[in-house]
Amino acid sequence: MFVAGCDIGSLSAKAVIMKDDCIVASSVIFARPEPGESARAVMDGALEKAGLSMEDISCCVGTGYGRNAVPFAQAVESEIACHGKAAQWLKPQVRMVIDIGGQDAKAIRIDETGKVVRYAYNDRCASGTGRFLEVMAASMGIDLDDMGDISFQAKNPVALSNQCVVFAETEIISLIHAGRDLPDIVGGLHKALSHRVASLARSIELAGEITMTGGVAKNQGMFSALQEALGVELIRMDEDPQIIGAIGAALVARQTAAGKR
Amino acid sequence: MITAGCDVGSLTTKAVILNNTRLLGHAILRSSINPEKSAYEVMEQALKAARLSFDDVGFCVGTGYGRERIGFVKKTVSEISCHAKGAHFIQPSIRTIIDIGGQDCKAIRLSANGEIVKFITNDKCASGTGRFLEVMAKLLGLGLEELGSISKQATRPINLASTCTVWAQAEVIMHINDGMPSADLAAGINEAMAARVAILARSVGIEKDVCMTGGVAKNAGVLEAMEKQLGVPMRRLRVDPQMMGALGAAVFAREKMGGK
Repeated sequence: MFVAGCDIGSLSAKAVIMKDDCIVASSVIFARPEPGESARAVMDGALEKAGLSMEDISCCVGTGYGRNAVPFAQAVESEIACHGKAAQWLKPQVRMVIDIGGQDAKAIRIDETGKVVRYAYNDRCASGTGRFLEVMAASMGIDLDDMGDISFQAKNPVALSNQCVVFAETEIISLIHAGRDLPDIVGGLHKALSHRVASLARSIELAGEITMTGGVAKNQGMFSALQEALGVELIRMDEDPQIIGAIGAALVARQTAAGKR
Repeated sequence: MITAGCDVGSLTTKAVILNNTRLLGHAILRSSINPEKSAYEVMEQALKAARLSFDDVGFCVGTGYGRERIGFVKKTVSEISCHAKGAHFIQPSIRTIIDIGGQDCKAIRLSANGEIVKFITNDKCASGTGRFLEVMAKLLGLGLEELGSISKQATRPINLASTCTVWAQAEVIMHINDGMPSADLAAGINEAMAARVAILARSVGIEKDVCMTGGVAKNAGVLEAMEKQLGVPMRRLRVDPQMMGALGAAVFAREKMGGK
């Protein structure tokens, strides 16, 4: 029996197809203007990789910001529940998930079954989300994907005095004018974002083993900056951290199909 | 008794020249990267308007974000104290001042004799500061003044759900793409600005008379939206609201020289 999970985020759409305990295929695309269109496109990508068609999927669950627009989903589940479920399934020792997306950040505490115990969420302020690095990369004229590597070359990361994205953008422009090294600025930006996210996580108290998910977790600079900010070693996911939400949705679909829900 | 006040802000630098209680001259300039130079230039302009020279000034007080870098002042005073002093001097009935600057916003409550009872500042978040309007004006391709005047023609102001300047920017872009008229966009932006500032203002407790100071007070759209939000009229002042800090500084200078 094949099941699927479809995670429609603000910036990207993700789909995962599972059979029993195995991930058969996954796909990640940039979000289209219309969420239903993103869902179809990303799902088609995953089906093609798996050599399947929509009729082969017994159940599909939608999640993410655009979850209600997934036309072929039988059910929907919140991202928070999906991240918790998938993290526990992939790494059973995990008790906390820190998910940094393009437009939000979440800290989620789960129990040994993957059920959400407590969570904190920021989508009000762009600082402390993936958008922070995105804006800074654009204003410095560097590729977002290169930011992590550049941050590792920092010798003396700058200490930013502004938290607000708008004010911090002005600040880094003056740092560039003042002749500060690019890696030191980029290193400072990673530090600033990780401190912001760490305080979100601390607001629900750190507990047990912690993992990092979401697109920003692919940035190794952020991964290590967050470890430093939290003062703990993070558990690394074996799967692409960006598809964790979709995996969680597929796990929910598996339960739904089995009638255990 | 000639005194002067010089207010070096993040975006603009202002100077006021007083002869006792009479305003002789004032000037405003865009702040350069050199606060010292900006301060000197704006003083020269204000003195020229007053037909005076530096030697005629008995005492000069500096205020604003760059106040510690003005060479010619004898004393510096915080912006909050200066806005309070200036507003009370020009309009003694003022009990609440809402000062919106280029990079911050302050709400100040005064007693009947002009003392500061309570104040609150936001300089952490660009939303609710002049910066918010600056970002939006740029997005709409309008001048800051136009943003205020054009909103009068709005028929259906847009509603912005986000507080964050970054998210609100994305919302405005969406509305632009939907073909919303500039007036409706501008009106929605001014209302969002006022809603944010009103939260800060309410937290010090609104007491009449209320006035607005700082550059944003010249934006009629924000001023009217603030009146609607707070449910109180905004007292219009006899001097340029952007000059209030510099005026307060000049009044402090006068007190220093023994003026009552």
